[in-house]
Amino acid sequence: MRLLFALFLLAAPAWAVQPDERLADPALEARARALSKELRCVVCHNESIDDSNATLARDIRIVLRERLAAGDSDGQAKAFLVARYGDFVLLRPPVRADTYLLWFGPFALLALGGAVAFAAQRRRTPAAPAPLTPEEQARLAALLREEPK
Amino acid sequence: MRRIAFLAPLVLFLGLAGWFAAALFSGRDPRELPSALIDKPAPEFDLPSLAVGDLADGRLSSASLRGQVTVVNFFASWCAPCRVEHPVLLRMARQEKIRVIGIAYKDRPEDSRRFLAELGDPFLTTGIDRDGRTGIDFGLYGVPETYVIDKLGRIRKRIVGPVTPALLDRELLPLLRALERS
Repeated sequence: MRLLFALFLLAAPAWAVQPDERLADPALEARARALSKELRCVVCHNESIDDSNATLARDIRIVLRERLAAGDSDGQAKAFLVARYGDFVLLRPPVRADTYLLWFGPFALLALGGAVAFAAQRRRTPAAPAPLTPEEQARLAALLREEPK
Repeated sequence: MRRIAFLAPLVLFLGLAGWFAAALFSGRDPRELPSALIDKPAPEFDLPSLAVGDLADGRLSSASLRGQVTVVNFFASWCAPCRVEHPVLLRMARQEKIRVIGIAYKDRPEDSRRFLAELGDPFLTTGIDRDGRTGIDFGLYGVPETYVIDKLGRIRKRIVGPVTPALLDRELLPLLRALERS
């Protein structure tokens, strides 16, 4: 049983990236892997091309490696794919004027909600009660003096 | 002011709910994405052609897209929806006299040839995109996919998936006729 468990630990995860796609240069390959984790597989939508087994994902992984091998920077390689597939290929949308709402909207809503909650909380806290008038104090003293029967 | 302020969250909620409901019931398919290349020049390509056709000596290149309104259809013999779409392409080419060019995507030339011999050949010429690179340059998701290219060689419309008869009549033909007149 223990041996079986140990064997499970040894099992390597199944990568979508095939050995024949890999670049000989480990530094370039590492950049390609990092980049392909950020690129969407356009046929499967919510998977990166690094995870996807789709043939189009494989083709794009190969194109990406070719671009890097040809001397493209990470940004240039990404731009190459964005020109063809649009911003949709980027799993992380770019921060631009037209995406501010997407990136900062939730924080703005949180701040707004916090402000409303704070204001409501402050309004609800009652003001400290006014001190007792002399008549009230005399009556309180009288009540306390009365012995229970 | 105070008296109506308590209604603000409700109004906000109803506004958002209305907006979401409108988006949900609009019938818009969120998976349908516009091409990144709309109104941009069609990518350059130079492919061997399936048969020695009417275009320059056994090749199909992007140069042949200029000057006339052209429909470019990516297909493959291994693609089932392409079979469904095929009669529509035939009608487009034969009855509507539209210039239709085929690009066989990741398909063996002999298989593409058999596919066209069996179902009829609507294409003026068919390019062979064996490794799918021209497909990637077009931003292709899969086959079938159809692009409308205007006289200046710009992509004006992209249809992902098969062109249906209804789509042809309602959207494609009016667009093609308008582009031809311009």
